[in-house]
Amino acid sequence: MGNYAIETVGLNFNFGNQAIVKDLSLQVPKGSIYGFLGPNGAGKTTTIKILLNLLKSPSDQVFLFGKEINSNRIAILKRVGALVEQPAIYGHLTGRENLINRCILLGIKKTKADEMLALVGLTDAADKKASKYSLGMKQRLGIAQALISDPELLLLDEPTNGLDPNGIIEIRNLMIELATKHQKTILVSSHLLAEIERTATHVGIINKGQLLFQGTIDELHLLSKPMLEIEVNNIESASTFIAKAGYEIVAQTDKKITVPFNSAQKSGELNTLLIQNGFTVSSLYQQRKDLENLFLDITKTN
Amino acid sequence: MRTLYISLKSEFYKSRKTLAFWAAILLPVIICGLISFGFYSESEKVIAAHNPPVILWAKYSGAALGVMGFLIMPFYVIFMAFSVNNIEHKNDTWKMLFAQPLNKFAIYAAKYLYAVFLIFLCLFLFASLTFAFGHLLQVLVPKFNFNQYNPLSFLINAYAKLFLSALGILSFQFILSLLWSDFLKPMGIGFVGTIMGIITANIGWKYAYLIPYSLPALALKITKVKKGTDPLDFPIFTQEIWTSLIYAAILFIIGYFIVTKKSIK
Repeated sequence: MGNYAIETVGLNFNFGNQAIVKDLSLQVPKGSIYGFLGPNGAGKTTTIKILLNLLKSPSDQVFLFGKEINSNRIAILKRVGALVEQPAIYGHLTGRENLINRCILLGIKKTKADEMLALVGLTDAADKKASKYSLGMKQRLGIAQALISDPELLLLDEPTNGLDPNGIIEIRNLMIELATKHQKTILVSSHLLAEIERTATHVGIINKGQLLFQGTIDELHLLSKPMLEIEVNNIESASTFIAKAGYEIVAQTDKKITVPFNSAQKSGELNTLLIQNGFTVSSLYQQRKDLENLFLDITKTN
Repeated sequence: MRTLYISLKSEFYKSRKTLAFWAAILLPVIICGLISFGFYSESEKVIAAHNPPVILWAKYSGAALGVMGFLIMPFYVIFMAFSVNNIEHKNDTWKMLFAQPLNKFAIYAAKYLYAVFLIFLCLFLFASLTFAFGHLLQVLVPKFNFNQYNPLSFLINAYAKLFLSALGILSFQFILSLLWSDFLKPMGIGFVGTIMGIITANIGWKYAYLIPYSLPALALKITKVKKGTDPLDFPIFTQEIWTSLIYAAILFIIGYFIVTKKSIK
């Protein structure tokens, strides 16, 4: 238990009769970037709210830093920074004032507000009313608010929502820096596998309130077997030829043939083989399974 | 206690640029200013009536107390209860507030106390400005006899009563505004309640004191003046005030349980 920043043990949560989270056992190791992956409505935000004690969990099911959350709420929250859904920002206050308000609540120095503004690149907009901010700027301010108390654990609910590609890269780099240089633990939720793959060291996949997969990013890669898609002329004879050559054909349409991807070298060999035998290969590329297919895969194996 | 203090400080910081805060200052300035201007421009008529100083003060301060007690006060309280909560509803910041490492009761109590403070500030300014402007009128129009009676204890008594009698409404409206994020529900209920309060207080219904909305009006009714005594000298802690305080205390506690059970979706 000591090695986990977050641990839930068979967590169940209902809104009325509707079960939102079912038997969820999260294990977020200290110092990891934990990608919390799932489609909209899977229970990600609910789980994050439970981790913040905004929604009351049954006792002895949720532990942060090894402590039970309901009986250690304040002590735990002191070590956590969070961005939940839309950032919670007072529209009538400026960006700086929003951060100063947070400083007042947390009893920290007001100079920290300017540091945070610089960190998320809002120094120029510091004195602009937050209601006039763009979605991306609000998101940055939300992240600044989450970081202001220098917490050990960060809970970020879709932090790249509404950001432009530049902003997404900045947030990504910031997360990596926080985890590697400052030894922070970050739980980041997303519905985009590609987004999580780039930053996370660990992944948890949730669907309909159930955890379908949990492990390191490499373990996930083993599950999400990449495929090689080949677009070739004379498709019928090409497929017979490929099968004869000892490859397993996963799928075939009237335009392309899909075989399991092994390595770049093997792909090249197959390409050469096809060309040497008189086929015209118009395209040959590695295709990763998208999240939906991965879900199907994982649910099947479970 | 520290949590309560920083929560209060944060409430002030958040609201200092909002209408709710400035209303507490502007309302007394505007109303007292208008009444004083009226007395100044109609000074000859007022002097011609040859009022003794007590009656002059009673008429002058009664002008502000009258509108306050019957109409503005309930609505002002409804508005304050709404705006203190609305600042969180509107910005969707309840979740942020309750995710802070702060005691939930302190957060709730600070909000409530801040609304109480805004009402206190408003009434305190009413009393002070009535006193100050009365003496200013005396300087501007020396023929007035404002300087021959000291209205301080009357003003303190009257506004203290008004303040205490409003706490029942405040607690009730505070819960409504806590539950609902829109303006119309608490305002609508408050409006109906206020009208009901005014009617029941005016017709002198036996149980009018059980309706929180009628308490400010009831509290300011000066009943039975004994001959020979100062008509402006009356007790503060009457039945209406006790009722208001009991309502306030009970509803404050209920409000806290609502806050702790409030699911932040």
